[in-house]
Amino acid sequence: MYKLTGVTKDYPKGRGVVHALQGVDVTIDDGEWMAIQGPTGHGKSTLLQMLGGLDRPTSGHVLFGDHNEDLAELRESQVTKVRAESIGFIFQTFNLVQTLNAQENVETALVPLHIHAAERRQRAEAALADVGLADRAKHLPSELSGGQQQRVAIARALVKQPKVLLADEPTGNLDEGTRDEIIGLLEKLWRDQQLTMVLVTHDSTVARRAERLGIMRNGKLSIRQDTRQRGVPAGGGATGAGVQPAPTA
Amino acid sequence: MFLTYLGRELRRRARQASIIALGLALGIGLVITVTALSSGVKNAQGEVLHSLYGQDTDITVTKTPKFSSAGSGFQRFRFGGTSGSGSRPKAGTTINVDSLTSTALGTLSNADVSKVAGLKNVAAAAGGLTLTDTKTTFKIPSENSSGGFGGFGGGGGGGSGSFGRFKLPPSISVDGTQVAGNGVALGPLSSAKLSSGRTFRASDANADVALVDSNYAKSNKLKVGSTVTLAKTKFTIVGIVSQSAASSPPDVFIPLERAQALGTAQGKSLKGEVNTIYVASTSAQNITTVSKDISTAVPGSTVTNQNDLAKELTGSISSASSLANNLGKWLAIAVLAAAFLLAVLLTSSAVARRVREFGTLKALGWTSRRVVGQVVGEAIAIGIIGGLVGVGLGFLGSALVSDFSGNLTASLAGPTTGSATPGGARTFTGGGFPGSGGGGIPGGGGFAGIRNASAAASHPVTVHLSAQVTGSAIAAAVILAIAGGLIAGGFGGWRAARLRPAAALARVE
Repeated sequence: MYKLTGVTKDYPKGRGVVHALQGVDVTIDDGEWMAIQGPTGHGKSTLLQMLGGLDRPTSGHVLFGDHNEDLAELRESQVTKVRAESIGFIFQTFNLVQTLNAQENVETALVPLHIHAAERRQRAEAALADVGLADRAKHLPSELSGGQQQRVAIARALVKQPKVLLADEPTGNLDEGTRDEIIGLLEKLWRDQQLTMVLVTHDSTVARRAERLGIMRNGKLSIRQDTRQRGVPAGGGATGAGVQPAPTA
Repeated sequence: MFLTYLGRELRRRARQASIIALGLALGIGLVITVTALSSGVKNAQGEVLHSLYGQDTDITVTKTPKFSSAGSGFQRFRFGGTSGSGSRPKAGTTINVDSLTSTALGTLSNADVSKVAGLKNVAAAAGGLTLTDTKTTFKIPSENSSGGFGGFGGGGGGGSGSFGRFKLPPSISVDGTQVAGNGVALGPLSSAKLSSGRTFRASDANADVALVDSNYAKSNKLKVGSTVTLAKTKFTIVGIVSQSAASSPPDVFIPLERAQALGTAQGKSLKGEVNTIYVASTSAQNITTVSKDISTAVPGSTVTNQNDLAKELTGSISSASSLANNLGKWLAIAVLAAAFLLAVLLTSSAVARRVREFGTLKALGWTSRRVVGQVVGEAIAIGIIGGLVGVGLGFLGSALVSDFSGNLTASLAGPTTGSATPGGARTFTGGGFPGSGGGGIPGGGGFAGIRNASAAASHPVTVHLSAQVTGSAIAAAVILAIAGGLIAGGFGGWRAARLRPAAALARVE
């Protein structure tokens, strides 16, 4: 799905420059779940932004999809189209539109696809049902708990059936119980829909559940193939190549 | 989704949206009120000015009269002997004089009328004669040593004749008006309303028929079928007309051809002559050009249009005009500019608070254009609300102006040389009062001119100011409302769109 070669990202800061990414090379396969862990300020979110086309690298290539389109070279309108059709995002702070209810928030992801209003509504309702929030469709974000808001955000990310799901600290604002709930949901959806998922987290518990783990330090990425080597597994034996089983309810 | 998002967002920041809408409403309401006031003042001016020389007249052409030098400027009546010849009527003889004269204005010819009618952008031209009929009866006094009779007021050939006290004789203001041709709709008669009888026909051109003003008819107990004598000729009244309260509307209208045949100016016949040409332009935009062309075609003439005459108006109508066009206009512009600025600042502030939200939408695949469109749509919606309220305020303001402004007074400026007001104020060059006959008998023209001038100055016209909201003012309001929304939304939207999604998402709210 992704092939990054020599990706760097520099930000000017006063008289100097901050090297957020320093020559990142990584390949992410279709259907893979990769976690990226590391201390704050070492480039995790920046790397995710490169993968999502939310920003352009200073140098390097970000090849994406079956046709190996270089997100670094595409025009802004083309990158926007790729995001609209193929990439779903989940943010730490949920980033829901406060004036729209849950169903309308999910529909916002379908607006750029020029889908008819009736079909949009239908798909939004189905997506909310998939995350267990069918009965909260008309609630505003202010009327939902943190976990429920994140579920709405997950529904929004997946309603368009993207190829890739990019999650930036999806459980960062949640308590432990809700965190497990959300990660469990993500895992289920990843498996059911055969998504490619890249998840940024500083939480080892979350990172361990991915197939592959990358560590960002000082803008450089080093890959670990098997998350079980990083810490105590969450529970149960390995079910595949480094995939942690989903926690039992 | 667009309208849903728009409505929810406006509801969320209802207070801010209300402030912006109210600011725009005040500005737009003021613009409409000032426009309506200007329009009302212009209509009031038009009512005053049109009553002088007719509804459809755009331009008048006149000439300043040329009087001979003092002393010989008096027309002398011939009583069967020349002045100083020693031959004069016997003492005690009663002399009756009935003269129809033009003295306030110089003369132009029928050929000048045709020349003007043939100019480019002239829709119609008509000649007219503004005359005064004066009837004087006096007795020849005892002999005076110098022979002849001088004029009154000095400068004439008269000597020290004891004429005793002489009162101004009554006079009738007469308008010789065209009764056929495409210029028949021009002139003072065109703004009069027929209250009884009939108006002139083309066949009346050489007939001794007249129309009289309703007030004059009432004062003199005249009706249709009565007669009025002008220049010793009996005219049958065929119609009575009512005219608006303007400065000295004519008492009597007669066919132009008859006025030319009977009238005199400085002792000369007015056959083939007029003293005013009324001109209608093909469009308001051409008035200035036509005025210039007439000045070239008829050298030495005074060409006046509504704008020129409007400047001569004094009284509260002039103050109202100044208020609307100066203070009112600039106040409206200032308030509107302030409202636009407020809209831009508040919209930008609202957009700045939603940067992360817009960044999220862009991450979801919303294009910059769609995001900007959302912001502009919200701003235009606020602008339209402000515009609608502004139109309401404009109607309210106009109604208040109409109800509380009362009546306006309008006077023409005092006697000035070259003023083109027909029959209006004039200065008289030459000495004394130019007579219309042979001797130093005061002619009617001078008196009429003074009468008109004093009437104009001492009896100002009263017109009611009615501020009317026009369709163009409402259209302007709609355009201003949308423009306000576009400016505010465009600026705010640009701010929203220019950030890359990553930068927008990094903003802390």
